[in-house]
Amino acid sequence: MKQKLKLCLQLFLTFIKIGAVTFGGGYAMIPIIENEISVKKGWIKDDELLEVVAISETTPGPIAICAATFIGYKIAGVLGAFCATFGVVLPSFIIIFVISLFLRRFEDLEIIKYAFFGIRAGVLALLIKAVISMFKKAPKNIIAYIIMAASFAAVAFFSANVIIVILSAAVIGIAATLIARKAGKEL
Amino acid sequence: MSILLTLFLEFFKMGALTFGGGYAMIPFIEETVLKHGWMTTGELVDFIAISESTPGAFAVNISTYVGSEVGGLLGALCATVGLVLPPFIIIILIAKVYDRFKKNIIVQGAMLGLKSTVVGLIAATVLSVGMEVFFSQGIKTEVFQSANFYVSLGIFAISLFLLLYKKLSPIPVIFLSAAVGIALGYAGVIKV
Repeated sequence: MKQKLKLCLQLFLTFIKIGAVTFGGGYAMIPIIENEISVKKGWIKDDELLEVVAISETTPGPIAICAATFIGYKIAGVLGAFCATFGVVLPSFIIIFVISLFLRRFEDLEIIKYAFFGIRAGVLALLIKAVISMFKKAPKNIIAYIIMAASFAAVAFFSANVIIVILSAAVIGIAATLIARKAGKEL
Repeated sequence: MSILLTLFLEFFKMGALTFGGGYAMIPFIEETVLKHGWMTTGELVDFIAISESTPGAFAVNISTYVGSEVGGLLGALCATVGLVLPPFIIIILIAKVYDRFKKNIIVQGAMLGLKSTVVGLIAATVLSVGMEVFFSQGIKTEVFQSANFYVSLGIFAISLFLLLYKKLSPIPVIFLSAAVGIALGYAGVIKV
């Protein structure tokens, strides 16, 4: 029991470190997790790291949270999962909370207004890059293309509810896959 | 309904229904913050830049920020716990049966739909953010006569080039965009 608590404390501290040094979140975190968890601590093996990425992609929620929960659980059960997840969230929670206390006060400064004028155009470019990388990771078949186009049109032109779009896409994906399997075809 | 419960539930939904993390969450976040009047699209875009420049996952950062803005420290806690809870529970439930889970045809089918819809959803966000960046005053001919439009277009084009072809990471792109905005602001070229 004492050993387990010690392990949980180590998990907590390691994930605080991971949470504090990862900029951009998600995939940016994977190499850092690899270095801290697999190389330095030897807690998981390299092929298990691939599993961490895969499970984070197939379950909902931020990748950082999924990865921390999964690794923590593998190493020290539910308490381990809690410690790792709490650790990974803590640094950004504190930093952003502090920022939120000051941001509104700086907003009206001329220099901040000019800065954000430029930044908004730059962020648009970041979002386009995100679309491209999501497209690269998405399946490439006719059903997938139809779902992409229909989701875009539904939200952009018909202000459709995002939850309904996500759930419909899942249902269509399941139906298409089952039908294709029955017909003996690959999608 | 109390604001704390609303925050918890809204971010719980986000945690439970967004796949792929980070930017895949933005369409959902945009819809939620606009619906409740918690943020404007412009403020959300500003926050994306702040989140990229600070450590941590984007979804966690934005839940903490929105929670704090709307309901102080308790609000930040409720929103962040709401966001984290669904993946936490789901991962613990499936961690042991993950191999079977992964090969399940229903799961594979759902993933086909989810990975595809995310592309369309973020593209829709690009459109609404693009409207905010270039046509925040509405689509009028005057827009094309203002320096603001061409400065934004220039910053956007250069940022995209740096991200896609020079493989620059987001933080230098954000700082560069900010620097250009500040320089042209004080030079009197743009008006905000």
